[in-house]
Amino acid sequence: MTTENHFSLFRYYLAGSRVGFQRDLQYRLAAFMVLVGFLIEPVVYLSVWTAVARTQGGSVGGFDQGQLAAYYVVWTLVRVYNTAFDPKAWEWRIREGRINVFLSQPVHMFHRDFSIFMGSKLVWTILWIPIAFVLTLIFRPAIEWHVVNVAAFAVAIWGGYGVRFLVLYVMGMINFWTTRGAAMFGIVTALELIFSGRLVPLQLLPDWAQSLAARMPFRWTFQFPIEVLIGRLEPAEVLTGLGYQFAWATGLGLLFALVWSRAVRRYEAVGN
Amino acid sequence: MDDPVVAEGLTKTFKVPVRQGGLRESVKSLFRRQYRYVEAVKDVTFSIGAGEIVGFLGPNGAGKTTTIKMLTGLLHPTAGDARVLGHQPWKRDKDLLRRIALVMGQRNNLQWDLPAEDSFLLNKAIYGVPDRVFKERIDEYAERLDVTSLLDKPIRNLSLGERMKMEIIGAMLHGPEVLFLDEPTIGLDVTMQRRLRQFIIDQNREHGVTVLLTSHYMSDVSAMAERVIVISQGSLLYDGLLAGLSSRFSSHKTIRIEATDLTEDLGGLGRVIERNAEHVVLEVERDRVSEVASKLLASATVTDLSIEEPPLEDVIDRVFTGR
Repeated sequence: MTTENHFSLFRYYLAGSRVGFQRDLQYRLAAFMVLVGFLIEPVVYLSVWTAVARTQGGSVGGFDQGQLAAYYVVWTLVRVYNTAFDPKAWEWRIREGRINVFLSQPVHMFHRDFSIFMGSKLVWTILWIPIAFVLTLIFRPAIEWHVVNVAAFAVAIWGGYGVRFLVLYVMGMINFWTTRGAAMFGIVTALELIFSGRLVPLQLLPDWAQSLAARMPFRWTFQFPIEVLIGRLEPAEVLTGLGYQFAWATGLGLLFALVWSRAVRRYEAVGN
Repeated sequence: MDDPVVAEGLTKTFKVPVRQGGLRESVKSLFRRQYRYVEAVKDVTFSIGAGEIVGFLGPNGAGKTTTIKMLTGLLHPTAGDARVLGHQPWKRDKDLLRRIALVMGQRNNLQWDLPAEDSFLLNKAIYGVPDRVFKERIDEYAERLDVTSLLDKPIRNLSLGERMKMEIIGAMLHGPEVLFLDEPTIGLDVTMQRRLRQFIIDQNREHGVTVLLTSHYMSDVSAMAERVIVISQGSLLYDGLLAGLSSRFSSHKTIRIEATDLTEDLGGLGRVIERNAEHVVLEVERDRVSEVASKLLASATVTDLSIEEPPLEDVIDRVFTGR
């Protein structure tokens, strides 16, 4: 029963995104509550840094109060786009033999996960809009709106998603060698919190920390898209940032391909 | 033309960490881990011809699933070779993966929160199934399995049997040439089992799909497969017709007799399994069957006599337990 092959990766991504969209739409209330939970973190940071800015004459590290508010409001959207397939979920997948059928299919499961998460982000973005509206009313963010910035942001936020997805996916591969991958994930998450700009804009960190952050991928997943939208970067810096995202995505993609080929050889297909 | 499934000396050894109980052993294992090697599959050789349905039998832990995992490319063998549709499965060539399907009865692979028809769209995209073919197959398969009205219900709201039907539909949408079924009817009621069996038989007859099936239900195997491969403790014990399994592994047959005046002491003829005034069931050595039947016919007014192979379950039990 031979069937003509009409495969196209674009159509596959559409189908995967559709699954992600429909799935998260089913759980929209839960997703909304998670989003509200996401607010606690930036609101605390914003309150602290706004207070610091006030004591220093209205600005800190080159951010005035309106810019800090803009930073943390956009933060909430970038946080949504930074969610990706968790290494802990890889541990479960491997332990339970959940990748067996995916491995027997002709499309790499990377595309499956990547596209499903893409689709779910559309739901989360829609849910984010009212939250952003309320945050804007409360904190009065100062954003200089430019079409070019918005267009660049649209690319940068997806670029950030791509890089972070790959970081987590490569980390997930550790689970093929050890069942203690979650511990390592905890360490990397802590590093990410500091060196991505999530805890605080990197400009507020000491020079040595900024220098370290420049050597890690996290800045390009988090702070870079925020700065693009709130208009803190020159066009050349935006292009350089997008270049960094591309370079990190390529490097991590190659690393993933290398690790994957070894990981699959190790896979013992536990369970059924 | 080469057989679609060929295994030659297929072997898989797992390295398993071992640790004895107790605090002392726990601490010791931090510094020196010990391992043992488990041979899950040992030098297994067989081939399956195009359009065959073969039952793959063995007790739990015999190596059936490990073999299927090697044949579908999930596991690399420790030694030996295999070819599925001319490909080494563990290289996972796309050309091969487009032409096979794997269904594992204990795993749900459709999207739990979505209706089956939405999950099928993902399968359609994975295998690049043309729109028209996709629609025709969904309609046909859903009708045959009597789940048309359930296509728009979320998977989580379906019963186990209904879910398994959807899994089978999802696996067949791309028209696989070789179908690997690992316990497809596990936990299903008799009616559901029958429906699924008939569907697989139809796919085999109408489209020549080659099927390798594992199941603990002998009724599955006897309904679908003429040929069986029996594996135990990783080694192949039998590869042949299902009908030949009894003569190979059972030295006895069963004689059932209905008679009105049966007085003879039956102990010397065979093992009495059941006896009442007019009905006797005897287990008799194979080479004494005609002699015993003649004696019984001569010694009583027999109204009915039948000679049967022992139940398949009993034969399989003997094979597995080595009795």
